[in-house]
Amino acid sequence: MRTYTSLYTIMTRVRRRIRGEIAMTVSASRSTIELFINGRGVTVPDGVTVAAAMLISGDACRVSVSGQKRGPVCGMGICMECCATVDGVQHVRTCLLEARPGMEIVTE
Amino acid sequence: MTHFDVVVIGAGPAGMTAAAAAAESGCRVALVDDNAAAGGQIWRGMNSATASSPRAYADLIDRIKHAAVEVESGWRVIAQPAAGVLRIECDENCADLEYERLILATGARERFLPFPGWTLLGVMGAGGLQAIVKAGLPIAGKRVVLAGTGPLLLAVAAALRKRGARIAGVFEQASFARAVRFGCELFLQPGKLIEGLGYRAGTLRYRFGSWVTRAHGDSRLEAVTVVSGGSTHEVACDYLGCGYHLVPNLELPRLLGCRIDGGYVMVDAAQRTSVENIYCAGELTGIGGLEKALVEGQIAGLATAGKTVSHLFARRERAMRFARRLDAFCALRPEVCDLADGQTFICRCEDVPRSALSGMRSWREAKLHTRCGMGPCQGRICGAAVEILFGWENDSIRPPGAPARVATLAASTQEISAR
Repeated sequence: MRTYTSLYTIMTRVRRRIRGEIAMTVSASRSTIELFINGRGVTVPDGVTVAAAMLISGDACRVSVSGQKRGPVCGMGICMECCATVDGVQHVRTCLLEARPGMEIVTE
Repeated sequence: MTHFDVVVIGAGPAGMTAAAAAAESGCRVALVDDNAAAGGQIWRGMNSATASSPRAYADLIDRIKHAAVEVESGWRVIAQPAAGVLRIECDENCADLEYERLILATGARERFLPFPGWTLLGVMGAGGLQAIVKAGLPIAGKRVVLAGTGPLLLAVAAALRKRGARIAGVFEQASFARAVRFGCELFLQPGKLIEGLGYRAGTLRYRFGSWVTRAHGDSRLEAVTVVSGGSTHEVACDYLGCGYHLVPNLELPRLLGCRIDGGYVMVDAAQRTSVENIYCAGELTGIGGLEKALVEGQIAGLATAGKTVSHLFARRERAMRFARRLDAFCALRPEVCDLADGQTFICRCEDVPRSALSGMRSWREAKLHTRCGMGPCQGRICGAAVEILFGWENDSIRPPGAPARVATLAASTQEISAR
């Protein structure tokens, strides 16, 4: 079981490396990236989704029509509670989007 | 416009199997999915050590590759501009797919039931919490409560515990008596029982006949009120994962006119729906998990290619039996169906409180007067709740099937080419 699991971990990493998502360094999994949430620089682990980054930073993804702070609920792109503005694009489902260095995210 | 013999919507276990089976039989197959990679919810973030059944996943990835299935990840189905044509959209583009036969395998989502405080930051679905943790949310040392119903609670508790979460409690609404009955029935399927016991071993404070009645906090979750064994107490926590089993994603089958019966898509022995040339597999026909998805996917894929499928019927019947037992185990007790008070928002998108819905006779009336179910999620969350709370059924699905760009809706077929 363990052999299988580690084999797939390696396979996935190779796939991602081919796609250029992770750098050619051994310690890629422990590296961090910096992005900007509501103008504030936030450092998060490489490979997390934007929704996870916003939970880490403590920011709400959106403010509801009656003024409540909201964050991700379903985690799979259905509830729309994690929608935020990413690099100027509104209503992005942040739970489906991987965080990248320098991204600018604004609570909606 | 690109032409395919078979188009499969949804790249979870059912969709992947269906696509592979059809392609192996010589069909040209497209596999369309909204997510960044194939695998569905069960195999999201396959690189994590907690993923279940990695062997089945690797087999399917292999089959899809060898059979030359064209995998279209990151595409959503928006509409059906003409018979036998689906318009799909990704972040940058749109396209039309023409199909001879269509297989729907859109899977399921969690059922959310509203309770006071369920809109606080930190309150999520049980599967939702697991998905976010897999997507990078650090959970080590955090206090987590899981509540609702279904085997997902145990699976999530075990997975989060492995990552260092402090599980402050797992509260299952089903009674202990029902659990015993379910457990006894599972002796007929030892595999499921062993899987369940594996989760159980690693989990503390698993309580039957218990449920969360309220979430507390300023804007962030701080504690929950739990009813357990007839008494009420508070449990401090950082995250609450609360989901009441699963409901199928029926939007697309409804949009295409497939007949729904008892909450699931009606299919015949070959997984054919009531609409000609449209087939259905996996959670859409009954919540039964991986095994049911795999066998139904195989049947649907072979059937679209005109192959015989009867050798798989016994295996499917076993999986269906498990699905029916699961439904019986997860049947909601009346208390959890009525937790929302007058101020509790039923529709989270439009912030419609329960009090605003009193006196309404149908969801249509509620939509017209209060905008309940008319926000960005299009009733995907509150739809299951109003069905339980008021008995309203959502039978009026219209395109677009997902929020779409005007350019996608306005494009004529000629203008579109697949990427």
